[in-house]
Amino acid sequence: MSDRVSVSKTYKMYVNGAFPRSESGRTFVLNDVEGNFLANVAHGSRKDIRDAVVAARGATNKWKSATAYNRGQVLYRVAEILESRHDEFVSLLQLTDGVSAKRAANEVSKSIDLTVWYAGWTDKIAQVVGGTNPVAGPFFNFSIPAPCGVVGIITPTVNSLSGFIATVLPALASGNTVVVVPGSHEAIPVAVTLGEVAATSDVPAGVINIVTGTASELAPILASHEDVDGLDLAGAGESRLELGRLASATITRVVDSDLRDLHDLKRLRAFIDTVTVWHTIGQ
Amino acid sequence: MSDLTPLSSLSSLEYAPAPESRAVVTVQDAYGHFINGDFTNPASSEQFATINPATGEHLATVAQGSDADVDAAVAAARKAYEKVWSTLPGSERAKYLFRIARLIQERSRELAVLETLDNGKPIRETRDIDVPMAAAWFFYYAGWADKLDYAGFGPQPAALGVAGQVIPWNFPLLMAAWKIAPALAAGNTVVLKPAETTPLTALLLADIIRQAGVPDGVVNIVTGDGRTGAALVNHPGINKVAFTGSTEVGRIIQSAVAGSGKKLTLELGGKGANIVFADAPIDETIEGIIDGIFFNQGHVCCAGSRLLVQESIHDDVIERLLRRVEQLRVGDPLDKNTDVGAINSAAQLAKIAELTEAGVLEGATRFSSSCALPSAGFFFPPTVFTGVEQTHRIAREEIFGPVLSVLTFRTPEEAVAKANNTTFGLAAGIWSEKGSRTLWMAERLRAGVIWANTYNKFDPTSPFGGVRESGFGREGGRHGLEAYLNV
Amino acid sequence: MTSVAAHGRPELPATTSRPVRIGSEHDLRSTLGGLSGVDAVGLEARAAKLGTRSLKQDTKRAAIDLAITMVDLTTLEGADTTGKVRALCTKAMRPDASDPSVPPVAAVCVYPDLVDVAVRTLGTSGVNIASVATAFPSGRASLAIKLADVREAVAAGATEIDMVIDRGAFLSGNIGKVFDEIVAVKEACGAAHLKVILETGELVTYDNVRRASWIAMLAGADFIKTSTGKVGVNATIPVTLLMLEAVRDFALETGAVIGVKAAGGIRTTKDALKYLVVVNETAGSRWLSPDFFRFGASSLLNDLLMQRTKQATGSYVRADRFSGD
Repeated sequence: MSDRVSVSKTYKMYVNGAFPRSESGRTFVLNDVEGNFLANVAHGSRKDIRDAVVAARGATNKWKSATAYNRGQVLYRVAEILESRHDEFVSLLQLTDGVSAKRAANEVSKSIDLTVWYAGWTDKIAQVVGGTNPVAGPFFNFSIPAPCGVVGIITPTVNSLSGFIATVLPALASGNTVVVVPGSHEAIPVAVTLGEVAATSDVPAGVINIVTGTASELAPILASHEDVDGLDLAGAGESRLELGRLASATITRVVDSDLRDLHDLKRLRAFIDTVTVWHTIGQ
Repeated sequence: MSDLTPLSSLSSLEYAPAPESRAVVTVQDAYGHFINGDFTNPASSEQFATINPATGEHLATVAQGSDADVDAAVAAARKAYEKVWSTLPGSERAKYLFRIARLIQERSRELAVLETLDNGKPIRETRDIDVPMAAAWFFYYAGWADKLDYAGFGPQPAALGVAGQVIPWNFPLLMAAWKIAPALAAGNTVVLKPAETTPLTALLLADIIRQAGVPDGVVNIVTGDGRTGAALVNHPGINKVAFTGSTEVGRIIQSAVAGSGKKLTLELGGKGANIVFADAPIDETIEGIIDGIFFNQGHVCCAGSRLLVQESIHDDVIERLLRRVEQLRVGDPLDKNTDVGAINSAAQLAKIAELTEAGVLEGATRFSSSCALPSAGFFFPPTVFTGVEQTHRIAREEIFGPVLSVLTFRTPEEAVAKANNTTFGLAAGIWSEKGSRTLWMAERLRAGVIWANTYNKFDPTSPFGGVRESGFGREGGRHGLEAYLNV
Repeated sequence: MTSVAAHGRPELPATTSRPVRIGSEHDLRSTLGGLSGVDAVGLEARAAKLGTRSLKQDTKRAAIDLAITMVDLTTLEGADTTGKVRALCTKAMRPDASDPSVPPVAAVCVYPDLVDVAVRTLGTSGVNIASVATAFPSGRASLAIKLADVREAVAAGATEIDMVIDRGAFLSGNIGKVFDEIVAVKEACGAAHLKVILETGELVTYDNVRRASWIAMLAGADFIKTSTGKVGVNATIPVTLLMLEAVRDFALETGAVIGVKAAGGIRTTKDALKYLVVVNETAGSRWLSPDFFRFGASSLLNDLLMQRTKQATGSYVRADRFSGD
């Protein structure tokens, strides 16, 4: 045992580039897998979701109008910071996910590599899903992927690190901003720490927002929010049906499949709207 | 100025009636559903009439599809999927689709006349647009059937199974083609429900599908109103729902399908902004505004129903536009010289009239063509509102009729802000000779389709569909396959 | 702006509202600079759409007769002779020897040295005598020679002069020269009507055609004409539509009504009727008169006669029923 008293972390949320407590002032106790006290976690509320969506909406223009090259570099920077905190995540995963040191290390490495994989997609996705269309007439016609805007994500309840990366990174790589609700209480510590990663990489404020709390309480607020354009319900479990219904009020795009493949082109395509432009050709 | 003596002149070229003959079409007294390769006797005795909206004439009696009819159609589609269609190589499926394309071309006159009779749209449009494009859609997707491995969705993308498809009345045959062609190419079988006011060309397409020798049950067509559509969408035996129609119904369908595992694509309403800059090619722009709002009587989800004009040329544009609106020939849809035909139904006419009244009451200035309207049938004069503000209902709600709302803007940024100030996002137009600004606008407009110096153009190779509350998923092009593949 | 009452019809201004005065090349450039660009795709699509209009029965009969009265019956060959021009003039006055109800054409169009033959043959028939001048068709001569060409034709009795613009000057940006030449030719015409040939096939772009149309109108043209008939691309429906837009806009701007002549390549009744539809729906009914619209053609006339007879009798007729010229 160490002979000094460690400085323990306050688990706050991550909204608009800052680390606020819940506006409600509520917290709840989070224990590790052994049942030891880990933290008093911010218990996010309806208004916290509101603030996070406002922040995400405010960041959409900056993020989508950044060059794809620039977005790729920013996401690659996330991987760099993750790598530098490799050991911290290994320790954390042992406490929250209850996995062995070896499995945790593997999980962290895999997540970093996945981040690099998605970072590389930012300036390639348009060529893969877009292109020119040979219409029968004197028109130049091309299709480009446009991010649909603000995406709400309920992260998977298991594998808190790779689950977060595998749902959040595709939405970011395609140019969306996100409001993330950890799918389970166990997933919160990793999510909060990933907020710190975001804050210390070059991700612009508001692009990633993380609201901690109880997913079953926060998800319906997110799903029914009119200014949320897409929803990834990977960690929503049984409530998907109800959340999907709420989303239908504003024709929100919904992904309600489990996370099967970490390298998921379906998720990369999910929050893209194909925009097709016609222009006349003439001298 | 002239010292030439006029030798002869016409005061104006009053075109004599030039009606297309309807003898080419035989309309039956009554129709059943097309299930498992045959027209069947409906399970329920409930029927309804479909009329010619240009005259009020009764055309035929059509069956109201019951739950039992939908059950039978889905069962037929399931059986066809499992026993036949999914076992056929893509190259064989392709040949059926090519045959359908050719048969549509062969029977194009018949289809055009029937579409005009049942829908009220001008024969010039059914002849030159709806029918040839329906054939082109089958022709295009036929070629994909044996090339799905190369469509960019990974190797051997799988079909979904049975697709339930619900289509609107504004492009009855064309929407059937947009739905059926990619579904079949991707290896699915379908149950399609045409709109209750325009079922006849879908039923003629069923006959074409029979002539093409398409295996029984691969395409099933069940007629009926919204109840039939609901039965189809909610049916547990389907794997896919494709809907084109109003945002209101789209919400209900999305809600109904939520959590069911059915893949969903929605093509919903719009309030398209047609944006005219001071440097626009003015004469072509005026034509584009006309095409944007009066094509198909404005019964177009992507209609350019909000005209945003740069303030510096507002008066000139309006003067030219109104002069042009006066020239539109409104009347008998079967007349080859008719530009604007009949409104599809009494209900739609009432809705257009109601919103037009609202525009007047809200203080916008109404101009309607002084053209004479036929005494029978459902007609509405081409109408332009000037002085429209963004708060007006006619600037926010989809009118789905020949009514244009004109607003102004000062700068490109303001044009983008006004264009995007809607919950819809289907289409937009940009008129300018300045390429860099056009692309700047295209990057910022929230719309799935953007037409620059043109409007209301469609092509089977070109993805079409909306953003936001105009729906999701694309029809057309490689993208259109995604809706019917398990990818 | 034209006042528009609710449900009312916007009206053309009755008289000159804003005369455009061109006092300098700067004025000319700034006027042309205010012209809108032309989108080729949109223009051609509009032309094609108008081409689908269907003229039937009485409309078709009236349109055929109108088209006949709009023909500038033309012979512009190196091999033209007195005999050829005399035959042409006879045909112009009475296109169908067997049917006196067929109206005469608007004019004959010949080279300057044959104008006197036309004058003698046409007499007081009312058929006008148009002569190409200004070193037709290339226009590659000095202004002095061009003006002499015009004066000779007018002196010989030409009532209409079809001049060519200096395309070289236009394409090299020397629009002042183009303008000044037209002004000078107009003056040399005296009472004769001036048709200004743009030779659109050599201007190539629609933007050029619009600008050249305005230069000609501002300089005093009574008609603007598409082509000489001597280059690869002559009258087309889109070009004619564009020129009709120009005369319409010029009339709205100044009150002056300028005519349009489509010349070269129009051979069939079907085509001629398409042109009339384009006139009707672009410039309007005021232009549906030989005062303001002409066809520069030769073989078109016989096809109009064949279709006219077919409309009257219901049977198709053979070409030999009518005289060659």
